[in-house]
Amino acid sequence: MKDKRKEISAEEKFYMASQWQLMWRKFRKHKLAIIGGVILAIFYTGAIFCEFFSTQDIYKRYTKYIYCPPQRIHFFDEEGKFHFRPFVCGFKRARDPITWEKIYKEDKSKKYPIYFFVRGDKYKLWNIFPSDIHFIGVKKGGILFLFGTDKLGRDMFSRNLYASRISLSIGLVGVALSFILGSLLGGISGFYGGAADMVIQRIIEFLICIPTIPLWMGLAAAIPTDWPPLKVYFAITIILSFVGWCGLARVVRGKLISLREEDFTMAAKIAGASDGRIIVRHLLPSFLSYLIVNLTLSVPGMILGETSLSFLGLGLRPPVVSWGVLLNEAQNVKTVSMHPWLLIPGLFVIITVLAFNFLGDGLRDAADPYK
Amino acid sequence: MLFYVIRRFIYMLIILAVMSVTAFLIIQLPPGDYVEMYIHQLEISGQTVDEAEIASLRRQYGLDLPVYLRYFKWVWGILHGDFGRSLQWGKPVSELIGERLLLTVVVNLFTVIFTYAVAIPIGIYSATHQYSVGDYAFTVIGFAGLATPNFLFALVLMVLFYKYFGLSVGGLFSPEYTTAPWSIAKFVDMLKHLPIPIIVIGTAGTAGLIRVMRGCLLDELRKQYVITARAKGVSERVLLFKYPVRVAVNPIFSTIGWMLPSIVSGGTITAIVLSLPTIGPLLYRALMSEDMYLAGSMVLLLSLLTIVGTFISDLLLLWIDPRIRYEKGG
Repeated sequence: MKDKRKEISAEEKFYMASQWQLMWRKFRKHKLAIIGGVILAIFYTGAIFCEFFSTQDIYKRYTKYIYCPPQRIHFFDEEGKFHFRPFVCGFKRARDPITWEKIYKEDKSKKYPIYFFVRGDKYKLWNIFPSDIHFIGVKKGGILFLFGTDKLGRDMFSRNLYASRISLSIGLVGVALSFILGSLLGGISGFYGGAADMVIQRIIEFLICIPTIPLWMGLAAAIPTDWPPLKVYFAITIILSFVGWCGLARVVRGKLISLREEDFTMAAKIAGASDGRIIVRHLLPSFLSYLIVNLTLSVPGMILGETSLSFLGLGLRPPVVSWGVLLNEAQNVKTVSMHPWLLIPGLFVIITVLAFNFLGDGLRDAADPYK
Repeated sequence: MLFYVIRRFIYMLIILAVMSVTAFLIIQLPPGDYVEMYIHQLEISGQTVDEAEIASLRRQYGLDLPVYLRYFKWVWGILHGDFGRSLQWGKPVSELIGERLLLTVVVNLFTVIFTYAVAIPIGIYSATHQYSVGDYAFTVIGFAGLATPNFLFALVLMVLFYKYFGLSVGGLFSPEYTTAPWSIAKFVDMLKHLPIPIIVIGTAGTAGLIRVMRGCLLDELRKQYVITARAKGVSERVLLFKYPVRVAVNPIFSTIGWMLPSIVSGGTITAIVLSLPTIGPLLYRALMSEDMYLAGSMVLLLSLLTIVGTFISDLLLLWIDPRIRYEKGG
């Protein structure tokens, strides 16, 4: 008897599993979603500790290395000998005899091995903890430009990392704002109905039918240029979530309306449960998963919105770095065709948005009990 | 039916009214008023400013009035075709916008057509060939299309064309036609330039629509009546196109109202990058130089375009789907 109890069959486990366990099990089967999740975890870790992972100070200018291409990381030297510790090469500068443009050629005689936990430029982690240890780097005197440099000779790798902190967080902060607005207004609209529902629905319909980019552009252009970066950051976030909450409010309202009529809600009501208890205990768990899915899928819109605005020069402005601000420097076709690494921030945007979409897709499938 | 159309029309007017308030707010947001900036501009260019002229300008724009009266004056002007004057260009706004508005409509209209023409067949293919190589390929392309910001796509295309063909792909006309009056040759020239902007603007929408079409059709194909029809021996082709496709297309047409704002949005930003002679770049320049009358009018016009487009699409839907007629017609 005792032995039998221990051996719970797989089938029994299935029936005993909670809703979240079931969802996790289904989610794990969705490979793309797992990949998306892992990529996002890596990106966000990089963004949180960007001072540590960056290879140098983002405002430091290497005036001798303007528009320097990304360095290749070598494991083999020119004799074909394998080095366990990878190295990068220095550059020889020359001028193109015809176009008179600068060309950089790898100088094989100058080798800079890459070390972990190297001491380099000083920084303050989260503006609190002073340190000078970087995750990877080269010894003093060497140069390390993994993504090349920009027109002022600043390291693009570090700039991209710092930019990811702004760009990735703006999505989350924006979504948090939309979440508060959306679930509050959608909740009122769905649970109480009547005049409040009517007004909120009309507002949503109005907001949905205006083209966002022109509106965002108009509002963003009205942000005074002398505002400090942090204030601009929040202003942009508010502008972005100004429209973003509508979709969520609709989901919340729709779910509440259908759940309000369900038998279990009626049962709870008859049993004497209060409104608050019904909402928190019975209704919220039934659509929390949908909320999470909806939130995940609305982050990319925010990130793309910020990138577009900053690209046009209407959003965040230098010295703040976001992916959009970096792409703003890549507006000129001629510049970009000669220095294609300026488009790397765009690659990050695409990967992030894809990852969020895959993750959201996987979550949606996992949260759907009928699939 | 008629009742529904009228109700919808009145509703559209209300939305337009609210939109005009929003656009007016955008005009009012920056510090300083229009005439102050105008005077400042004249002083920079070395012209003397006449007191009487200032007073008349102030009266013309009603700057001596309280805000709400100013708003009504602005709206009144717009209803009579007077959008105010652009600071930067020194011309009436309506003169600047004229042809650009037409071209904006053309570009957006073609984009909508492109989106549907591409998305529906691919959606059908993906649903009927679920998990095939083609389906996966379209899924990947679709996701990439959704994830790439319009401006980046435009930029990459421009760079590639510049690098490998030495061509500049911006604009809607070849240089020799830019200022030429409209003719058949100019129209043909425009058609040649249209594909790139349309593809750039349309990708995101197309990708989304493919997903919707595929999902709807898959749901529909699983239904009993399809099995019944198949059991009866109806050929696959007839079976597919006679019922499931028609049902699955419906939600796609009903979401046209949501697609339009995103197309106008995407169109605006793409037009800036590709420097199309549409409203987008003008709006951008107006915002950068704080030319607020021009900017506000254009935000209003772009919204107007979307709202009217949505209204028309609603009417189309009414015509396509009889169920809506019965439900809401009353």
